[in-house]
Amino acid sequence: MAKKSYIQAITDGLDILLDEDPKTLIFGEDVGKNGGVFRTTQGLQEKYGEDRVFDTPLAESGILGLAVGLGLTGWRPIPEIQFMGFTFEAIDSIAGQMARMRFRFGGQKNSPVTIRTPFGGGTHTAEMHADNLENFFTGVPGLRVVTASNPYDAKGLIISAVENNDPVLFMENLKLYRSMKDDIPDEKYTVPLDTAKVVREGTDVTIVAYSAEVNESLTVAEKLAKENISAEVIDLRSLSPIDTDTIFASVEKTHKVVVVQEAQKMAGVGAVVASEISEHAIMSLDAPIARVAAPNSVYPFAQAENVWIPNADDIEVKVRETLSY
Amino acid sequence: MAKDSKKVVDFAAIKADLGKDFKPVQILDNDAKVVNKELMATFSDEQLVDFMKKLVWERALHEQTMNFSRQGRLGFYAPTLGEEASEMGTVSAFKENDFLLPAYRDLPQLIQHGATVAEGYLWSRGHVLGNQFKARAIMPQIIIGAQMVETAGVALGLKKNGEDAVAFSYTGDGGTSQGDTYEGMNFAGAYEAPAVFIIQNNGYAISVPRPKQTAAVTLAQKAVAAGIPSVQVDGMDILACYAVAKEARDFAAAGNGPVMIETLTYRFGAHSSAGDDPSRYRTKEEEQPWFENDPLIRMRKYLTDKGQWSQETEDAYVEECKNSFKDALKDADAVAPEKVTDMLKNTFEVPTPDIAKQIAEFEEKESK
Ligand SMILES: Cc1ncc(C[n+]2csc(CCOP(=O)(O)OP(=O)(O)O)c2C)c(N)n1
Ligand SMILES: [Mg+2]
Repeated sequence: MAKKSYIQAITDGLDILLDEDPKTLIFGEDVGKNGGVFRTTQGLQEKYGEDRVFDTPLAESGILGLAVGLGLTGWRPIPEIQFMGFTFEAIDSIAGQMARMRFRFGGQKNSPVTIRTPFGGGTHTAEMHADNLENFFTGVPGLRVVTASNPYDAKGLIISAVENNDPVLFMENLKLYRSMKDDIPDEKYTVPLDTAKVVREGTDVTIVAYSAEVNESLTVAEKLAKENISAEVIDLRSLSPIDTDTIFASVEKTHKVVVVQEAQKMAGVGAVVASEISEHAIMSLDAPIARVAAPNSVYPFAQAENVWIPNADDIEVKVRETLSY
Repeated sequence: MAKDSKKVVDFAAIKADLGKDFKPVQILDNDAKVVNKELMATFSDEQLVDFMKKLVWERALHEQTMNFSRQGRLGFYAPTLGEEASEMGTVSAFKENDFLLPAYRDLPQLIQHGATVAEGYLWSRGHVLGNQFKARAIMPQIIIGAQMVETAGVALGLKKNGEDAVAFSYTGDGGTSQGDTYEGMNFAGAYEAPAVFIIQNNGYAISVPRPKQTAAVTLAQKAVAAGIPSVQVDGMDILACYAVAKEARDFAAAGNGPVMIETLTYRFGAHSSAGDDPSRYRTKEEEQPWFENDPLIRMRKYLTDKGQWSQETEDAYVEECKNSFKDALKDADAVAPEKVTDMLKNTFEVPTPDIAKQIAEFEEKESK
């Protein structure tokens, strides 16, 4: 057990995966000697050699095409796309190829690929280095999409993602990379791919969130607790598929729900959560489903980022509105 | 057992020969010796001093900008130390009406082509006004390779317009691995569009050394497959970079189709102002000869020997440049911060109903 950052927890998970399964491979831009631009693969090439952990030429569709091919020949690729905005370069490899491979083969072959990629904003990067493309990728059948809100889940989820035979998009939150630490067991453990987690129990209102917004939601819940308002916070963890059972159970208890996401409001994750609730649990509700999301512009340039990204204050406003409905 | 037979094709021999045709063009070598007298004779004394000043200007821009960056006064910036000849030499060959498609390391060319330094700083900070320059250009491209395909489109557009103008773009050694680079050259070639593709081979793509990008021994040979002519040039020799780019521009503008140029240069420092540490992936022994091959050294020596340049001239000019960059930062500081409402308004030509509502919400929020 040791205190580890979100990055270190992922490195830990990758280390275990490389150690346990000789078929696992890590590759991408700068992942070798440099250990990745965020040092997430630090030390792994040294430990496992260039055959297992290697730099690629600079081409995202090349990287993910390679992953599909390696998957077809018995390997278990864990490619890195340096920033999520660069997945646009490889949309066919993801949505047109790896997500459909099992389906095409009638279940006889898999694409056991886990794509790791940093996403999210708030770190004042250059354009296309901050993005929330989960709205886009959760619309791809055959692709799992997961993301952790804390270092503990990050380690357990990366292990589950890689050991699973389906293609998984593993989104790593840029802002959380170095900003929080958890006690991380040294040994292997897993966090299931398909389940949300109630990260704070409450009875008055449910806040459904994922990734960095979970922490913003917890801040709000703590603040409200001082006024004897009891908010339950759910961390989705899996964005595709969504664990609706956990959400319904909570809503049936609290009768009020606020759905929070950092991504633009249009389409996507929060919309699915809200529609599932209205389809299956609307009779449990005492107030309309509230949503907190970014507006529908292109992801902002660095300067206006902090106003654009929904924060605890925005969540608090919606929660209070919902409570007083 | 099959009889010993002659090989149908000697692939090994073909492989050994690939890329052998390319010899870097050079005019002034690293010892300031003129190695191509004929080409040297095409430059006037005034032009030579002007090139020296451009090198000094870019070096000063780099130093001052890195300073601002260290003070936390800018956002993303890609250092250009070592690449001054490659950047200033090539960009000087183009005309105001030519259309530039730069990458993130090409702010100096964008400024030479007509953007202001203040606009460059606003771009670095992530302010949309940094993208609204008068220069005929797009903003520095972040997505590696995207500008290469767009270059084919711009070149075709210029051709269809019947303009006397070319499209010219920059990418790095790493950028040549993107399919987009080949596609851009191939499309421009197929349409005989007036494009000049400039590959600045500075030895690295962040930490990945050039030999790991491709088995091709030169990057210039990548143009061969697209059916377009290409050349390697000593990227530390501003005169050679200029001469080659000028000829490429003339060739393309005359309706002969695109050209590709590979400049051989070196990224002296870290990949970006966010600071990576080159000692993680390369040695001092590798760096040293390149540092001695600094593009300013040969021009400075050549002109000083001719009595046309001096340390005093240089110091005074550096001072003048740096003062202008300080003024530029003040101009950038004077610009009001960008608002989310502006961004929403810039998303569609006419705000869609959902966005119109969000504009109203943020107007309230941002007026507080
Ligand atoms: C599509 C895409 N993939 C990855 C990156 C991240 N990245 C930024 S610069 C860089 C290296 C580029 O190397 P090169 O093309 O040689 O240009 P240089 O930086 O050396 O000027 C990488 C991988 C990016 N900006 N865009
Ligand atoms: Mg390079």
